[in-house]
Amino acid sequence: MNGFDWNAVGESLPLLLEGFRVTLLATVLGTLVAAVLGLAVAVAGRAPSKFVTVPVRAVTEFVRSTPLLVQLVGAAALFSSVEPLYIGIAVLGVHYAAYTSEVYRAGIDGVPKGQWEACRALSLSPRRTWQAVILPQAVRNVLPALGNYAISMFKETPFLAVITVQEMVFEARKYGADHFAYTEVFTLAGLIFLVASYPTSLLMRKLEKRLGH
Amino acid sequence: MSDFFSLLVEEFPQVRSGLWVTLEATVLGALLAGALAFALGLMAGSKLLLARGFSRVVVEFFRGTSLYIQLFWLYYAMPLLTGYELTPLICGVVAFGLNYGAYGAEVVRGAINSVPRGQYEAAIALNLSPARRLWKVILPQAWVQMIPSFTNLLIQLLKCTPLLWLISAADLMTVIQQLRDRTGETLTAYLTLLAAYFVLAYALTLLMNLLERGAKRRLGLDTGAKGLLKSRSTTATAVGGTR
Repeated sequence: MNGFDWNAVGESLPLLLEGFRVTLLATVLGTLVAAVLGLAVAVAGRAPSKFVTVPVRAVTEFVRSTPLLVQLVGAAALFSSVEPLYIGIAVLGVHYAAYTSEVYRAGIDGVPKGQWEACRALSLSPRRTWQAVILPQAVRNVLPALGNYAISMFKETPFLAVITVQEMVFEARKYGADHFAYTEVFTLAGLIFLVASYPTSLLMRKLEKRLGH
Repeated sequence: MSDFFSLLVEEFPQVRSGLWVTLEATVLGALLAGALAFALGLMAGSKLLLARGFSRVVVEFFRGTSLYIQLFWLYYAMPLLTGYELTPLICGVVAFGLNYGAYGAEVVRGAINSVPRGQYEAAIALNLSPARRLWKVILPQAWVQMIPSFTNLLIQLLKCTPLLWLISAADLMTVIQQLRDRTGETLTAYLTLLAAYFVLAYALTLLMNLLERGAKRRLGLDTGAKGLLKSRSTTATAVGGTR
């Protein structure tokens, strides 16, 4: 039983790559949810009324301080009739929205105060102030940080295996259990992650430097 | 509703031991991660190419290959390959320590780089030995910068401990899940579990805030007691990123 079985590597690779497609899909859709929801939370966090800002901040704080795995398993148990992949994407999105909202907040704070004053002087509506002036400036600054969260979400997609989403690690565990070849499949899965995430983080670092952070 | 909580009280010794496992994994994992972070972070600033390269490779490897896979590799694959088996808790501590140590190394590297150049030059001009230079001048200043990022990493580490449930260590999540199975009260069980982690995370944040205040005091920057209750530092993303 000792040693490394190269046959198992060749045999499991197509399965893992098949699962990898689901991993990527979950990452991309989860990132989209997090990017949109995070923006909404950040804007809501600047509402003039405390009845909005305090609950929003409390919920964000709660979501980001509690484990993703518990949120996933809990959501899957509560909504057992929903397709696990959808639950996974929703939970990943909500979890990371709590982080991206903080990123947007910093980006919005980074827009010079004079811009707000100019909008008021021009008597733009709040909607146009956000749409035409504040957000275009804020979003450009936060793109690198959003990218970093996308990468870390990518590395947390294996959690989805727990709620039986058939992504890469799910396939790896299944193959490992069937053929008793855990060493090969987990090594392979780890390498696939490394090969996919390292160039992306290099790219993000370059982008960050170019935008002057 | 009441079923779950009465069972919780009844089974309190079990819950306590689960909580203990979670805390043990967090604290031991954090200690290992801290030691690794300093070792790798200092190596990353070394003049020797070999030390720098080694640190870079280790950091990129453990950051690049998902914690989940590292943990499962240690638990399932290592015994098959080497015949040497770790207990689930130790598996968790090693995986958390290696993974977060790699993230922490970037924090240490970034914080040391952010100490103004003039401080190095002044320390050299005063003829301090390299060890004293690091210990008395550079690290105290870098340390203040590191703490907010370390706080974030610590909370991340705590949030990963439910993974222990998957490799059958009887942590807090395992215990509460068992109570849930016995009562069938899914919502109450998971909300209780989430609340427990939230309280733990906030307690850790408060401790780290105290540490930050002490470190700032030593540099003559007194921030007062107001900042102690804050849940997250505004400078958290300043050094090395959050993840």
